[in-house]
Amino acid sequence: MELNAHIPEGPIETLWDNHRFNMKLVNPANKRRFNVIVIGTGLAGAAAAATMGELGYNVTAFTYHDSPRRAHSIAAQGGINAAKNYSNDGDSVHRLFYDTVKGGDFRSREANVYRLAQTSVSIIDQCVAQGVPFAREYGGSLENRSFGGVQVSRTFYARGQTGQQLLLGAYQALMRQVDAGTVRLVPRTEMLDVVVVDGRAQGVVVRDLVTGEVSSHSAHAVVLATGGYGNVYYLSTNAKKSNATAAWRAHRRGAAFANACFTQIHPTCIPASGENQSKLTLMSESLRNDGRIWVPKDNNDTRSADQIPEAERDYYLERRYPSFGNLVPRDVASRAAKREVDEGRGVGPLKNGVYLDFAESIGRLGRNEIFERYGNLFEMYERITGEDPFEMPMRIYPATHYTMGGLWVDYNLQSSIPGLFVGGEANFSDHGANRLGASALMQGLADGYFVLPATLGDYLAGLLGTKPAGTDAAEFKEAEASVADQTKRYLSTNGKHSVDYFHKELGKIVWDKIGMARDKAGLESALRDIPALRQDFERDVKVLGSADSMNDSLEKAFRVADFFELAELMARDALNREESCGGHFRVEHQTEDGEAERDDENFSYVGAWEWNGPGQAQTLHKEELTFNYVHPAQRSYK
Amino acid sequence: MAQASPRSTVEAAVKPISRRPASSAPWPLNLYASAVGKKWVMAITGVIGMGFITMHMLGNLKIYLGAEELNHYAEGLRTFGAPFVPREGILWMLRSILVVALVLHVHAAFSLWSANRRARPVAYASQRDYIAANWASRTMKWTGPIILLFILMHLMDLTFGTWNKDFISGNVYHNVVALFTQLPKVIVYLIANIALGIHLWHGAWSLFQSMGVNNPYLNALRRVFATAFALAIVAGNVSFPIAVYLGIVS
Amino acid sequence: MNFTLKVWRQSGPDVKGSFETYQATGISEDMSFLEVLDVVNEDLIEQGIEPVAFDHDCREGICGSCGMMINGQAHGPGTRTATCQLHMRTFKDGDSITVEPWRAAAFTLVKDLTVNRSALDRIVESGGFISVSTGAAPEANLIPVPKVVADAAMDAAECIGCGACVAACPNGAAQLFTAAKMQHLNLLPQGQSERYQRAERMVETMEEFFGSCTNHGECQFACPKGISIDVIAYMNRDYMSAKVKNRKLSGQS
Repeated sequence: MELNAHIPEGPIETLWDNHRFNMKLVNPANKRRFNVIVIGTGLAGAAAAATMGELGYNVTAFTYHDSPRRAHSIAAQGGINAAKNYSNDGDSVHRLFYDTVKGGDFRSREANVYRLAQTSVSIIDQCVAQGVPFAREYGGSLENRSFGGVQVSRTFYARGQTGQQLLLGAYQALMRQVDAGTVRLVPRTEMLDVVVVDGRAQGVVVRDLVTGEVSSHSAHAVVLATGGYGNVYYLSTNAKKSNATAAWRAHRRGAAFANACFTQIHPTCIPASGENQSKLTLMSESLRNDGRIWVPKDNNDTRSADQIPEAERDYYLERRYPSFGNLVPRDVASRAAKREVDEGRGVGPLKNGVYLDFAESIGRLGRNEIFERYGNLFEMYERITGEDPFEMPMRIYPATHYTMGGLWVDYNLQSSIPGLFVGGEANFSDHGANRLGASALMQGLADGYFVLPATLGDYLAGLLGTKPAGTDAAEFKEAEASVADQTKRYLSTNGKHSVDYFHKELGKIVWDKIGMARDKAGLESALRDIPALRQDFERDVKVLGSADSMNDSLEKAFRVADFFELAELMARDALNREESCGGHFRVEHQTEDGEAERDDENFSYVGAWEWNGPGQAQTLHKEELTFNYVHPAQRSYK
Repeated sequence: MAQASPRSTVEAAVKPISRRPASSAPWPLNLYASAVGKKWVMAITGVIGMGFITMHMLGNLKIYLGAEELNHYAEGLRTFGAPFVPREGILWMLRSILVVALVLHVHAAFSLWSANRRARPVAYASQRDYIAANWASRTMKWTGPIILLFILMHLMDLTFGTWNKDFISGNVYHNVVALFTQLPKVIVYLIANIALGIHLWHGAWSLFQSMGVNNPYLNALRRVFATAFALAIVAGNVSFPIAVYLGIVS
Repeated sequence: MNFTLKVWRQSGPDVKGSFETYQATGISEDMSFLEVLDVVNEDLIEQGIEPVAFDHDCREGICGSCGMMINGQAHGPGTRTATCQLHMRTFKDGDSITVEPWRAAAFTLVKDLTVNRSALDRIVESGGFISVSTGAAPEANLIPVPKVVADAAMDAAECIGCGACVAACPNGAAQLFTAAKMQHLNLLPQGQSERYQRAERMVETMEEFFGSCTNHGECQFACPKGISIDVIAYMNRDYMSAKVKNRKLSGQS
């Protein structure tokens, strides 16, 4: 496999503009001759489908939800970054670019990140025009706030529901195209395979989740915008249905999978309350703007938070990182919390959290102002825990939240299978080893509204006059048969344990061995334990019901099967990456005071893995990273 | 706009319950074709009805001033506008407005009620636990017909006199007294007026919503108005049969 | 804690359904209602009985997937709460809890507690958007939006599309859903160009599938986002304006 990132030549500021100029165009009359399939209707998928519909392409959009509005982008709380410099505090495209590359611990591609920073400005314009009700100043102009990992206020937000509002904007744009007839929307339908004919992605095989019918659909190009794989941990902040199946099936058909070990653990989630916990809930990182994080100095302190005097509290982030304080990047904040809890200073009934305290801000800004900023988050917290953050500090603990790794894509967001494009969290592209807060929404929308529609046009222009392969082609039949075969197998196994049982077991291994801190021995044991558990799963899973009606267990069985293989790749990738960077922390590679130690000499590359068949180890391909504009330095937030 | 042919199996599983109101119909039929339009009509005709009920109640208070005052007022209604219009000219004009309003109010209510039944063809199998929907709002479909029947009876009793044994055309005072010396009539009138009060209590609030009269500064007053209005009407109206029956008016 | 659950089971839209009784034992008060259903489902799988199908996804009250009638209330007891945010501390140990799917003509049953809510998408499709194609947007700060207007629009825009308003409404009406989306856009300066067309198309599409408003106010209490029925009044006003206003003059303020 040859990995060519197709980064255009020239100064970084003009790369995207020049590239766009050099792209081939499709004239309006010809656009409707092209069929494009979009899988997933979250921020990236809905935005891409809507925009391509506006351009006049024939788009079919699939989602496994009952409506595009339910995609997990909706749960993003804090905000979206953009280099508008409305706060006049020294922000610029270059600074957003710089912050993102640095925040990503120098494992992202400069050209992609620069484009992201440039595009961020148009995203805000677009969303405001769509009617996204961003927070406003009394004068009517847009309000900004700051976010972890940066020193400027460049985050636009809509209460604590920014993701919801941006997704609804994209969803509405999509529904407008559905009405116009340019996009056909197919809900409650899950993609189960990508079909590659003559070396190009030419269609997909999907399963109707209501009737169970498996069908093939062909197109000139396929876009995957199917999100990340955080649910491999079982307990994560991802929605219950979020899965990696679409991306993983693409990997099995030849798309390289990159940087699988780069997963982000979000520092501010509500700690688990017990064994039956089904998912974890994130509390927006924006809370760290006004909340102070602390633990009792004494390991055995069992007093309630309000009984612990100031002198006996350890505000460990402020102590260890005086200049960034509570606003250090996510990975740093998460590891610091883990250290406190591991050393026995955890708080709460299970001693599995740290305090996030608003008392000082309430005193300084008043209860009303705090309510205005975080009211809905406080309510959410109270609903879940039964405690009022106005009275008692919140308890928080890190949880899996985002996956920087994903399908490898070039500058055009095309995977290593021609004709298969990947957007949003499903690709690996822009965040390197760690994503900054409020950048996921930015990337999803940049990919969807601005990048994919342009680069797809360039790809499609080369196919003018051709028809996609018919769905009666052997490749489609083979893919359908393989889905049918897998379905039959699960329904007839009739073992002892439910799918969720195996998922939980897998999650425990992945969290313990490929979680916040990883070491060689642990990763090697994961590489033994995961395949063993997978064999148990294949032998002993119990899926009831039938293939021809709604069957939640069957859907989950497909997803969990893919998580097994993915978890193995995560361990393999983590084992290979003998350094600590961003979300990937190898215990063997840390400085004396416990900070991540990067190895730019040997690991300044994207690790893209090529599928070699079931049960075979993947082959590693390295895409070397070069930094001409932001020079790698040890990240320091002290 | 919903397309002619469903574009997915999910969409195909849902069938419309009503035809799309024809926007092309001439104004105001296009408005009346929609449920929101019908609610406007109900609100406007409701306001007309409320105006009538208010004047009716206020006029009838003259019963406490004696037979002459009341009969004079009744005659005044018939001669209102004379000599520019024929005797009872204005009265019949007002009556026809009332009849049209009543017919529209009833027709709109009935067609909305039947559409709403189509919208929930399968009832909940378990017991509903309502939070906001109150007794008044949920019994509009019963208080409405009760009031309609009452109006018919009231016309037979005191306008046409058909159901009033001792009816003397033109002598309102006498007719009222003759009617309400009968206990069953008193009871029927009391029940009907309580139904009217309940209907008004919801209707007089609801019409603001239906007509989009909503202002944060005034919203709390809408309930106050509806309560005061319903109470005043019921208090005034029920006082007549009671006063007659107890011999305060005779 | 232990609970007795009476759950509606129905294998498909054309099959007769009925309540089945299941026991949920060893429940902690910190568990959400959906986690209790998870526990019940794991038990059922153990016994070889097909688990209860219900829609759910984010489990933090924002995706709008979950929703069921719990003891006769949409999303169960408690205000501003989606089913996934309903925690068992709300109930008493030993309670019997009845669970039923949303019911409305437009919400055809898919399976057990899962219903088809695609009619809500039809309403949005008919006008719940501002027509601005990608690339056509002006600079974001060009049009100031008064804070109170942005806040009011946001109040309406918080709708998660769960359908509780329809489920709770005795008339099976989707007025709160429709009005919330419409008013989110109609309140903003950006939404003025299409305001009356939007009002007309959304209302008329809504009425193809749903009942009408008789101002019970039940919807606003069922709404997990606490959206006020004020938006319904605004919608009624906009709809009337759509029918009587000379739209050639809508460019004038």
